[in-house]
Amino acid sequence: MTFASRAIPRLIGLCLLLGLFLQPQLFEPVFRPLANTSAPSIYAQAELWSLALSHVVLALGATLGALILAVSAAVVVTRSWGASFLPLSRSIANIGQTFPPVAVLALAVPALGFGDRPTFVALLIYGLLPIFETTLTGLTTLPAPVMEAARGSGMTEWQCLRTVELPLALPLIVAGFRLSLVIGLSTAAIGSTVAARTLGEVIIAGLQSNNLAFIVQGGLAVAGLAVLAHDALTALEIWARRRTRLAV
Amino acid sequence: MRPAAPMSIKPQADAVQLVLAALIAFALALPFATLKPNRIVPGQPLFLLDGPPFWARALVILALIALATVTWLGCRPSLRIVVTATALMAVILALGSTAGHLPPSNAYARLSPAAGFWLLTGALGLGIADGFARLKPSPLAGLMAVLAAVLILAGLFSSGWLSGISILREYQGRSDVFWREAVQHVWLAIGSLAAAIIIGIPFGLLCHRRPRLKAVALNGLNIVQTIPSIALFGILIGPMAWIGSHVPGASALGIAGIGAAPAFVALLLYSLLPMVANTLSGLAAVPRDLIEAARGMGMTDRQRLWKVEVPLALPVLLAAVRIVLVQNIGLATVAALIGGGGFGVFVFQGLGQNAADLILLGALPTVGLAFVAAVIMDALIAWSAPRKGRGSIA
Repeated sequence: MTFASRAIPRLIGLCLLLGLFLQPQLFEPVFRPLANTSAPSIYAQAELWSLALSHVVLALGATLGALILAVSAAVVVTRSWGASFLPLSRSIANIGQTFPPVAVLALAVPALGFGDRPTFVALLIYGLLPIFETTLTGLTTLPAPVMEAARGSGMTEWQCLRTVELPLALPLIVAGFRLSLVIGLSTAAIGSTVAARTLGEVIIAGLQSNNLAFIVQGGLAVAGLAVLAHDALTALEIWARRRTRLAV
Repeated sequence: MRPAAPMSIKPQADAVQLVLAALIAFALALPFATLKPNRIVPGQPLFLLDGPPFWARALVILALIALATVTWLGCRPSLRIVVTATALMAVILALGSTAGHLPPSNAYARLSPAAGFWLLTGALGLGIADGFARLKPSPLAGLMAVLAAVLILAGLFSSGWLSGISILREYQGRSDVFWREAVQHVWLAIGSLAAAIIIGIPFGLLCHRRPRLKAVALNGLNIVQTIPSIALFGILIGPMAWIGSHVPGASALGIAGIGAAPAFVALLLYSLLPMVANTLSGLAAVPRDLIEAARGMGMTDRQRLWKVEVPLALPVLLAAVRIVLVQNIGLATVAALIGGGGFGVFVFQGLGQNAADLILLGALPTVGLAFVAAVIMDALIAWSAPRKGRGSIA
């Protein structure tokens, strides 16, 4: 596929999504047939753009926090002085990934109350595992000749980490970040059931008032965000992969 | 100066065990349980060292001392696992026996586990996980250990020892509904998995033969996978309602806009990507010369598929089943939002009523179910993987 045939549908999607957030009234004719004649077809309890903004900030903030923590943890357990934590951290990552995101979210509420806080913490905790696992894979499967060359050239452990190990593991780190962000955007929508301010609010309002227009509106908005984030990070991953191939 | 020669008994605890020991010590200083006059109001904290009856306190302390000793002496991981599991059971029993301190006159009073209990349980659970990670048991042994744990827990629950704990109080009030929703949850997860196997594997085989279909199908399924669950469940309400009211006989099958039907279809759609993608990568990994050899032996296409390709791709197919099963058990929780039932009913009811115990009644079984499913599938995958001397492809 050429660059244009890949980029153009995504650009159109982005424009439609931005249009829906900024000028939802323009989409009235699309959603009208889905709502009862007496019911509103465009969600008006809150501005869609502000819900979208807080949705993205919540998911992106939590996933960035998870990125920092998970990469640091993966670095620690792959150093010689942290190696005794490696088996345990591996099995935590394996077991933890069987925890359903909704359950993590629900379990955060008794501890943290309602609102953005439990959602943020649940997204952060759940986001840790995929990033940790892929980073660990990246750091433990580095080509042996490269590592020997780095050590042979007299690099300190810190230099080796910064200039060799992390750059080579970058594609896998980005892949983990993508997984976490897509799950995060999806779970943030469910966060509305615990009163977080996200686009899930529109879907929940639709489910409660049996208004299909709201459900589809919120659903398409969240799905659009997730698909675009997935695409953008896949592109970043391919770029990182290409770069390491040049570097090796 | 050179270090002295090792003494006859050299302390063996490493960094992980020291961290876990610190966590356990910290947990002992936190409130162990909370005694509440009713479900909603905040209660009065009880500590492990003064809350439970004397025998339970003694049991926990003895088990923890035994654990510290076994760890310090560097005993075998298997022994450590047994001692840690015993300590964990003692902690759970201590919580159950603390409920005996409830005033018998107040039917609404309840005893909830508090931070200390959860941290203690978590730290001991991590200790068990660490033991298993070092022991590297075969998946079958892991499965046996998990089954034993399930049996012990089931025994503890049915013994009545724990019936005073708040989560079980919630259960006692709605045991019929609980089991109905449990069956519904499992049915949603396994039913949609079965449908995904029936549709996904043949579709994967078809895509394997037609590369152009493969590209389109994988792209489409990838997009479906990124649609958030709550959105997909909601979006499917429309088409399912239409089918229910327009296709003759559909509503008799229970197909309607609200309920299990859209949930089932959503779970099926999410399941298709792992099924199809793994079918493709499993088939792609079958060595070319084996297929040539099969052809040379005069096998028909059908024989080649069933006798060569499918058996060799089996571990990868089972890996897909594991992914789908664990994912579906988690996602089925969301079905409750569109009236599809399952454990999510308790989660969302609990969230609505701000009742932590009710949330736990829904969330803990979901987590447990997903975990057990993962362990069972891991054992199956290990069993199906080619062993040396038996169809190995070296």
